[in-house]
Formats: sequence, C-alpha cells, structure tokens
Amino acid sequence: MLTIHDIVEKLGLDVKAQGDLQKDVAGCYISDLLSDVMANSKDHDLWVTLQTHPNVVAVAVIKGISGVIITNNRTPEAETVKKAEMEKVTILTSPHSTFDIAGRLYQLLMSGSDK
Amino acid sequence: MELSGVVELVCGRIVVKEKDESFDITAVCTTDMMSDVLHFAKKGELLVTSLNQSQVIMTAEIADIPVVMVVLGKKIEKEMTAMAEKKHITLLSTELPMFTVCGMLYAKGLKSCVNGK
Amino acid sequence: MASNRRTIEGCFQLMGGAFAGAGAASSELKTVLMSLGVPQGIVRRASIAAFEAEMNVIIHAVAGTLHYEVTPAKIHIDVTDMGPGIEDIDLAMQEGYSTAPDWVREMGWGAGMGLPNIKRNADAFKLDSVVGEGTTLEINIFLTEENYADNT
Ligand SMILES: Nc1ncnc2c1ncn2[C@@H]1O[C@H](COP(=O)(O)OP(=O)(O)OP(=O)(O)O)[C@@H](O)[C@H]1O
Ligand SMILES: [Mg+2]
Repeated sequence: MLTIHDIVEKLGLDVKAQGDLQKDVAGCYISDLLSDVMANSKDHDLWVTLQTHPNVVAVAVIKGISGVIITNNRTPEAETVKKAEMEKVTILTSPHSTFDIAGRLYQLLMSGSDK
Repeated sequence: MELSGVVELVCGRIVVKEKDESFDITAVCTTDMMSDVLHFAKKGELLVTSLNQSQVIMTAEIADIPVVMVVLGKKIEKEMTAMAEKKHITLLSTELPMFTVCGMLYAKGLKSCVNGK
Repeated sequence: MASNRRTIEGCFQLMGGAFAGAGAASSELKTVLMSLGVPQGIVRRASIAAFEAEMNVIIHAVAGTLHYEVTPAKIHIDVTDMGPGIEDIDLAMQEGYSTAPDWVREMGWGAGMGLPNIKRNADAFKLDSVVGEGTTLEINIFLTEENYADNT
C-alpha cells in the first residue's frame, strides 16, 4: 500500500502541515462539502478538496483521514495549518485542479493495489 | 469522448437529455463550489459534482457548461430536474463516487478545465 | 454592432437567503446580451460577474437590487444592498477569504472566490461599503472592437 510520503513524492505536493507521512493511503475521497465527507469518506482515505478553512482539520480527525490535498493553488488559512499541526493532520497543496489530481491518484492507487 | 460513452463508462443514467448522445466532451470541471465553476477561464463541457441542488444548474448555465453529472447516487429532486429542463442542461446521475468518475474519465484522456485568467 | 441600438435595462429585487430565485437577474442579462449578438466571451464575463454579485447579496446581505443597463458602448451592472457591509475590502477581495457560514458552504458557496471572479471579469469595478449599512458594487464591461478581439 502507498503511504502519504509516496503520494507527496509522486505528485510533487507541497507539505503545509506535517502529520505522520508514513500513514497508509487506503483510498481517496473527493468533496468540498464537509457534511458529505463526514457521511461518506472512509478511514485512511486521502481527501482532495479546495476547502481551506480550519473545519477541514476537524473533519479529517474525526474521519481518520490520512491526509488532505488542497488543489487549485489554494493555500490553507493560517488557522488551518496551526490546527493541523496540533492534531497531526497532514495538509498538502498542489497547483493542479481537482480533476487532474484525482486522475493521477486513481492511476497510482489502482496500480498500487495490484502489488 | 461522446456523451453516451461517458454515461456508459460511469454506469450512469441520463436524467434530463438536452444534447445528442454523440455530443463531444473534452474538458471536465470537478468541484462542489459554485464560484470555482465560475472561475474557469475556458468553458468545459462537463461539470462533475456531489451537489444535488438547482443552484448547480443555474451555475452551469451562467458558466456555459452544457452537461452536469451528480455523483454517488445523490437523490435528484424534481426542482433540479425542472431547472435542467428549463435551462436546457443535460443532467446525468451515477452511483459512483467522484474519485472513480474522475479517475476513469482522466484515463480516457479527458482534460481538466483551465483555471484562472 | 448597430450604433442606433437602444438602451436595454432591467431591475431585480434580491432577498437575503432566497436561494430559490437566485440567478434570475443574471440569467435575464445573459439572454438579453445573446439576443443583441454580443460575442460569447463577453456574454460569459458579464453573466459571471452579475451572478457572483447577485449571490453575494443573497448570501451576505438582507435585501438589495441589481440593475443592469446595456448600451452600444458598455454593459453596466450595479448592485446595492442593505446588509452588514464589508469591514475590510482588501481582505474581502483576497481569493479564499470568506465569512460564509457552514450551511452556505454546504450549498456550494463560500469558497471566497466571488469578488475576485467579478474583478477578473469586469473592465471597471468599484466596491463601496459602509459597515452596518450596506454595500454597493458597480461593474462595467466595455463593448469595443478591442474587447471583441480579446474575447472571441
Ligand atoms: N454584499 C455583501 N455584503 C456583505 N459582505 C459581503 C458582501 N459581498 C461580499 N462580502 C464579504 O466578502 C467576503 C468575500 O466575498 P466573495 O464573494 O469573494 O466570497 P464568498 O461570497 O464568501 O464565497 P463565494 O463567492 O466563493 O461563494 C464574503 O465572505 C463576505 O464576508
Ligand atoms: Mg461570493
């Protein structure tokens, strides 16, 4: 199984808040609606979103998210980074769109699961 | 990729049909935030979203996006269907999650809408 | 474009929280511009700017009006509302800054991209606000040959 660290390397992501980079990534959930993520994401998912506000961290903790990727060149709010560091949630950023990140992650996770 | 091909790929269904099955889809926008849809400098042909509200259709009309797909089998209320009919937006539904939909469309060579200026 | 074209205008009442009717003004403006043969790129810019402005009243204010006027020279949109106003306009203009409450975010708004989107699509843009009273927004998109070459 791929770790957050592998994904950071392979997708060239910026680490804005560092949690446990050795965490496994079991799958991926994409949504910008926190209630949707609360209802439908799974333990050890990587969460792809363009939301930058501190509530993202709370949802990630509750749902056991392995890491959050913020897309579209958006930077997490200072408060979000602070909270993430406190809670040991990894926050990553990318200049690419959600669609492109999703596409590349899908290829990575699918080939990773063949191993 | 043709509209019919997209529908088949995601095991989806056409809820409101305003385009031919052969309508060509090349660029995709994936988001739940409406201002993000309105941020795209170049229009795409397909918006993939988990929001199941009429607002999405209104936004698609303003942003010139002719096809909207609602993922994860979110229930499409009749207000949204009526709005799609009124605005001539093709509305699709799939049980698959956003990640799988995007992954499969990306693998077929579809591109992301271009962001920014 | 015919220089003898008359001015076309429209005025809409906007109510805070009234998501159901949201977009009616922008949609009408879009239809008007298309029927006048305005190039698609410009129609899109005007509709997006108007829609974001309309949504801001519905999301952040109590009530307001959107008025548009199309002449051969320009598309003019002004939006005035009664509402909380904006304390720090520079901050509000920053991409990603939003004070939208959670329930608004769950409806797909509140990414903090509306005002930047308006600015990007307008040729001229003026935002004034008095805290505790309201906000006025003026958008102009010029209809010149140069504009056409840029956007078609
Ligand atoms: N008409 C208004 N009245 C009061 N405050 C406003 C108004 N318009 C904007 N604001 C303030 O400016 C902020 C930024 O506005 P902007 O349109 O960029 O983002 P948003 O409306 O919060 O989210 P989005 O537009 O992405 O849905 C708002 O969150 C709000 O605090
Ligand atoms: Mg806004």
